[in-house]
Formats: sequence, C-alpha cells, structure tokens
Amino acid sequence: MSPALTVWVKGIGLWAPGAADWHAFVDVARGAASPGSTERPVADMLPPNERRRAPESVLLAAAAAGQAVRMSGLDAATLPCVFASAHGDQAITDYMCETLATAPTELSPTRFHNSVHNAPAGYWTIATRCHASSSAISGGETSFGAALLEAAALAVADECDVLLASYDIAGTGPLGEMTSSTGPFASALVLSPRPEGAAACLRISPEPGNSGMEASGDEWFDAIVASNPSAHGLPLMTALARTRSTALRIGAARGLDLHVDLAFAA
Amino acid sequence: MPHPMPPLAVRAYTATSTLGRGLAAHADALAASRGGLTPNDVSSKPLACWIGRVSGLEDSPLPGEWAEWDCRNNRLAWIALQQDGFAEAVRDARARYGASRVAVLLGTSTSSIGATEEGYRRREQGRMPADLHRPALHSPHSLAGFVAAYFDLEGPCLTVATACSSSAKVFANAERMIRLGLVDAAIVGGTDTLCDSVLFGFNSLELVSPEPCRPFDAERQGISLGEAAGFALLERVQEGDDAPLFVGYGEASDAHHMSTPHPDGLGAELALRDALARAGLAPEDVDYINLHGTASQKNDEVEAALVARTFPASTRASSTKGFTGHTLGAAGVLEAAITLLAMRDSLVPANLGAVSPDPGCGPQFAWQAEHADIRIALSNSFGFGGNNACLAFAHAGAAP
Repeated sequence: MSPALTVWVKGIGLWAPGAADWHAFVDVARGAASPGSTERPVADMLPPNERRRAPESVLLAAAAAGQAVRMSGLDAATLPCVFASAHGDQAITDYMCETLATAPTELSPTRFHNSVHNAPAGYWTIATRCHASSSAISGGETSFGAALLEAAALAVADECDVLLASYDIAGTGPLGEMTSSTGPFASALVLSPRPEGAAACLRISPEPGNSGMEASGDEWFDAIVASNPSAHGLPLMTALARTRSTALRIGAARGLDLHVDLAFAA
Repeated sequence: MPHPMPPLAVRAYTATSTLGRGLAAHADALAASRGGLTPNDVSSKPLACWIGRVSGLEDSPLPGEWAEWDCRNNRLAWIALQQDGFAEAVRDARARYGASRVAVLLGTSTSSIGATEEGYRRREQGRMPADLHRPALHSPHSLAGFVAAYFDLEGPCLTVATACSSSAKVFANAERMIRLGLVDAAIVGGTDTLCDSVLFGFNSLELVSPEPCRPFDAERQGISLGEAAGFALLERVQEGDDAPLFVGYGEASDAHHMSTPHPDGLGAELALRDALARAGLAPEDVDYINLHGTASQKNDEVEAALVARTFPASTRASSTKGFTGHTLGAAGVLEAAITLLAMRDSLVPANLGAVSPDPGCGPQFAWQAEHADIRIALSNSFGFGGNNACLAFAHAGAAP
C-alpha cells in the first residue's frame, strides 16, 4: 500500500459556532468549558478595510488561518497555502444565480470576482504579501481529507511548511437545499516536514474504503459535524485539543480514507 | 522550495474545444491558422460578444447509466474522454495499477454551475426544479466526481479551482503524488463550459471584447470566452518510452489584486523561474512558450514584458486564445495539449487575431505560424487572485 506521509503540526486554528478560536475549542474539547455564544470570526490578518468588506467565506478562512500561522511563529509571507472548501461561498453563488435569472447585466463585478473558489486564497496572499504557491481545492463531502492529503504531500514533496485552511459556510436559497452545509465552520493547520518546535506528529496513509464517521455522542460536536463538510476534520482537531495519541480515519475521496496516526511526545 | 523533479510520461492526452473534438481537429486548425470564434448565442439573455463554443453539446445527453451527472459541463468532459483513445488508456492504467492507485486531479472554475443557474431560472415554488434535484451537480467537485465515478476509480480525487490557472496546477498535484508513491498514475486536466456566470461576470468587469479577441494586438479590446475540456494521463517514465515528457512546473502568487495582475509580472516570473528550476532548464533552452495571452490590456502588457526581458529571440512565443477563446479553468490543459501538439508537429501556432502587434512585444513573438523543431516548451496560466502557474514539457528524449 501507499507509504505514509509524516508531517508535524506547528500551528492550529479553528472557528466553530460556540468556539470562536482554538483556545476556546480546547477548553470545550477537554470538558473545561461549555460552548459559548457564536461570535463573528476575527480575521485580524486582513487589513481593516478588507475585513469590513470581506465575504463570510474569506473572513472564516482567514480567521482560522491567522490563528494557525500565529501559533506556528512562521512568517505567512513564506508559507505555501492550500485553502479547501466543499462548496465555496454559497451566499455569493446564491446571489449570482438569483441575479443571473432575473437581471444578468446588473451582476455586481465585486461579487463576481469574490465568487471564485480561490477568493480566500487570493485575499490571504494579498494581505500577507505571500508570493509562494497558493491553491483552492474542493473534494466534495470529503474536502477536508482530500485537502489534508494534498497539504501533507506538498509539505513532504517540497520540504516546506504548508498552511492548510478548510472552511465552509451555510448554504442559502435553492442552492442551500442542495448542499449539506447548514452552518459555518473552519479549521487550519500549519504542517511541517520537520519536527522542530512541533508537539504533534501526523502519519497519514491513504487506505481503500470509506469507513464513515461515527457519532461521538456529544450533541454540540455531532451537530457541527453534521452541519458542514469542513467539520469532518473535527475528530482530528479534538484529538489535538486533548493532546491524546490516537488513530483515526478521515474520508478523502470516493472509496478512499486517510488513516491518521496522531502522536504526541511523551 | 523548488525540488528538481524526475520527468513524467504523458501517456495519453486529448483536447476538445471550439476547434473540434480531439487532437486531429486541433492540429488541423493550428496548421491552417483557422480559429473557431463565433458570435455569442449561448447566454440566457443577449450579450454581444464572440465565444469559442463546442457544437453539439445540447444534443448529446450523457448515456443513461450516467444520467444523474448530466449537465453541459459533464457532457463536454464525457465527449472529450472518448477522443484519442483516452478512456482506453485510463482503463489500461486502472487494470495495471488498481483503482486506488490512479488519481483524478481536475481543474475547473465553474464546474457544473450552469446547471445551478438553470435551476434558478426554472424554480418551482422557489426551489430547485425536481429534475435538477441532484446535489452532486451543484458542487465545485461535480466534474472530478463524475470522472472518478465514470472510470470507477478510488484513488485521491481533487478539484483545483484557482480560476484560470486551475487545470495547469493539477499537473503539479500529480507530480507530487506520483513522486511520493501515493499513486502510480494520474488523470489531470479539466473542463469549463460557457454559462451566464462567466459571460455576464466578465462582462461586469468590462473585460469582454465586442469583437473576436486579439491577443497582444495594440488595439486589443478584451477577452473572448470559450469552453473546452482536456485531459492527460501522467505516469512514471518507462524504459524505452517515446511519450512526450512533463518535466517541470512552477506555482506562485502575485499578492497584488483579486482581478488585476501584478504590474511587474512578479508572480508570473516566480512561477516561470520555479518551473525552469524544477526542470533544470535555462531560458535559452526553451524553444516555444504558449502564453496565457488573454487579450486583456493588463495581462498581455505584463506577460509581453516578462517574455521580452527573459528569453532570447530564438525562443518562439504565441497565445492561442485567438483560436479558442479563453476557456478559463480549462485553459491550462487545453494549452498544454496545444503545446504538446506544437512539439509533435514541429509547428509554432500563430498568434491569431493580432494585426498590429503591441510595441511591448519582443522578437520572440510568432505572429504567423512557423515551422520549428520544438524540443522544450512552456505553457503559462494565470488566474484571478494572482494565481500563476507555468508548465514545462519536453520532446521524448529531450529531457534536460
């Protein structure tokens, strides 16, 4: 079977309804706090003007990415980045399809250029002066696993630290009924091919089969997972929060899972 | 940092665009310098512009077995997969390596959004009409999902959606996965079809030309949109291989503006240097460059300056968007296929549409078709968000 990709986690970011950043999520995951109220994502790596105007997808992705990069202590300008989303900015797609159906020549140019799937990657690289490669990907319902494999492959293949940000927002309108996304969620990781300064190690191997996700029994947690394709990474984020060495499977494609061995230094 | 890459064999490749279905139709049009742009007749409301349209998609629904995936974009992908023995080559790779050892890595900018647009036009009580109640269509991943299902593949499957660099960047994804041993072969490529989102979207940005596009012409007035599908099957090079070679790639970001290129072509130059470094090439090794050359004012100005300052006069360069229009997410793979044809047929395609060259263009520009031995060639692709990619190919036996 495939060789494993070994990468180290240098930074983590997260935004969930009820946990506005990674530290809040750690407290919830460890049972030290209950989920709080839902707060607007703090995308403080974006300049104030952009932060005010940015669509929700960009805010969410940049909020998680900013936390992860800050924890890593690395310079965002040097980090290749992979932004992943199953559905992109559904609110903008809904607006576009609505406008095109009624008054197509009145389409907003700003909404149009914000509609591209790589809008968060574009705004991120502009804000951080990042000239490294940036990508925007989708893998349908298994977007998170597909993106984790892609980011880990990039880190190992090019021997570089890589920023991975995975986000989805709630769908709206007729489109919203077609997607499985009913609430926003984002998480981010800075993955490194080197162990220095990292607490956690991921060994990632593609394995045939789709094992599916089991319910955790935690109402808040399971509701988030059910609401958003990007939240399919939550079991990994929870294990990271609990600093608990474990093995888990994450769907990455049709008939393909990632087997992930998560290890912490003793 | 860039890592030198072992060349990969391009085991099979194909393209379908307004120039026709398959490589022979493209080679014929390029040899005759015959473009395929026609007046727009696809938008749901009139929009005066020229387009590169693939004829016959309306009358070619997917076969019954695949009806669930039926939409204009997947129809075009399916038609393209039937050309040039491509589907057979994929089935052969699947038989040799196994379903989980072949990746599907495809680029698109709009995927099946034409179906979503149609659903909104035909809403039933404010909801998606029953016949379009197919969630897999209303997703950026529809194209790759369809291709993986069609070939019954269970390897890594990814959609890259970085606007107009999408189907160039998937070559890089494939190289990494093959080099790391995650897979043994990868289907790369992409499909984009004409729809209201792109026609009225680019119109809203005032980037659409009222006449057939004229890349690098001093009087250029903007882009002509087109649709295309293209695919390539990448594998490790075998002993005695005579397949063309994929030898390098570069990816970089402008970090400048969402819809305007960096004024100095910074990201484009970084991608070019990255591609040359991975391939172990110098600019003077490059015989031909298929330019991004959209015929927008800014893109062409920046790209012409980059070519003029980087390459010797012996390097030939042209944009082929005057033939096909700008096929957006499919442009990377369509132009990679055209680049491979240029190498195969020793023919530098004309820079169709340019009558009075922009004075910023250097001596590298091939305004008319030229016969030349092309052993090393590049293809440039730049997208919204300042997303740049450059691919390097070599004639079999000419790997650096």
